[in-house]
Amino acid sequence: MWNHPYSSYLKEGMAAAWPICLGYAPIGLAFGVLAHNAGLAPWEIGLMSLFVYAGSAQFIAVSMIGSGSAVIPIILTTFTVNLRHLLMSSSLSVYLQRLGVGRLSLYAYGVTDESFALNMTRFRDGDWDWRRALALNQTANLAWIVSTIIGGYGGQFIPAGDGDTLRQGVPIDYALPAMFICLLVFQIRGGLYVLVAVLSGLLAVAFSLLLPDNTYIVMASVTAATLGVFLRKGCGKGREGAEES
Amino acid sequence: MKTDYLLLVLGMGIVTYLPRWVPLIFLSRSHLPEWLRQWLDFIPAAVLSALILPALVTTGEPRHLTIFQPALLVSIPTLIFAWKTRSLAGTVIIGMALFWVAGRFFS
Repeated sequence: MWNHPYSSYLKEGMAAAWPICLGYAPIGLAFGVLAHNAGLAPWEIGLMSLFVYAGSAQFIAVSMIGSGSAVIPIILTTFTVNLRHLLMSSSLSVYLQRLGVGRLSLYAYGVTDESFALNMTRFRDGDWDWRRALALNQTANLAWIVSTIIGGYGGQFIPAGDGDTLRQGVPIDYALPAMFICLLVFQIRGGLYVLVAVLSGLLAVAFSLLLPDNTYIVMASVTAATLGVFLRKGCGKGREGAEES
Repeated sequence: MKTDYLLLVLGMGIVTYLPRWVPLIFLSRSHLPEWLRQWLDFIPAAVLSALILPALVTTGEPRHLTIFQPALLVSIPTLIFAWKTRSLAGTVIIGMALFWVAGRFFS
């Protein structure tokens, strides 16, 4: 069985997921603790992690449940907070051409900030395909579900962060930021990319101070990427293919 | 409460899944014009930057600017390390170590 090609896809995909799992563990535990404190049973916590599978939206939902919010506002907020995945799936679609609807539907379930960032980098490196990516997605998914349930059981024993601010000097809280920084560096393939990234970051900071939730992610990314296209058109004529490397 | 919660989780699941699903289904089977390809090519860098920077320089609820915090300070050597080594594993480990060290000095 271990010589079957599928098992090597599986192993490579699972192995590549380690930084995500490392980062999800403390956040998942923290989520479980908060959800437990908001009155959710472990199975209810697991159900949300399984059905929704989106960290920040789940944190927000649980705090809204805790403050007695109705169902519809929570669902609307979840929609807003997770709209950013629209951009990520669009970007991923370039590498998932000619895949059947079933496989794409399965893949769509596992699109998160973290899996997007990692898979995108690997796809671009060229040593990656949808099977490995799917294995990575599902490994991260499993880590998330399990850690949130454990948090729900161990509620009273685990000191919880709020999943948003980094606890000072707690190394594991920096696992995902470090991963994102590294993957951002991998995305830079020229001056224009630096410009787009810097612009997007600064816009995101500005928007984040003005707008509620995390709509700033979509607004800043769309603005910066659009400017990038115009700038390339303006100054990059005859450099076609430069971005294909 | 039980059916309410099931409805809630189901609703949250649907509105989360749709934005993940729609572009994959529609964009992956149509020929994309060049400008859209270029635009999508910038999206990863833009999204990652938009995810990271606010997390490093803002805190609190409602958010406010907190430029001087260990997370931002640590991100500079972490970024340089990533740039020089191009190693994901190394960057994650170095970043965590530096964040731990910075915590000793700042608290």
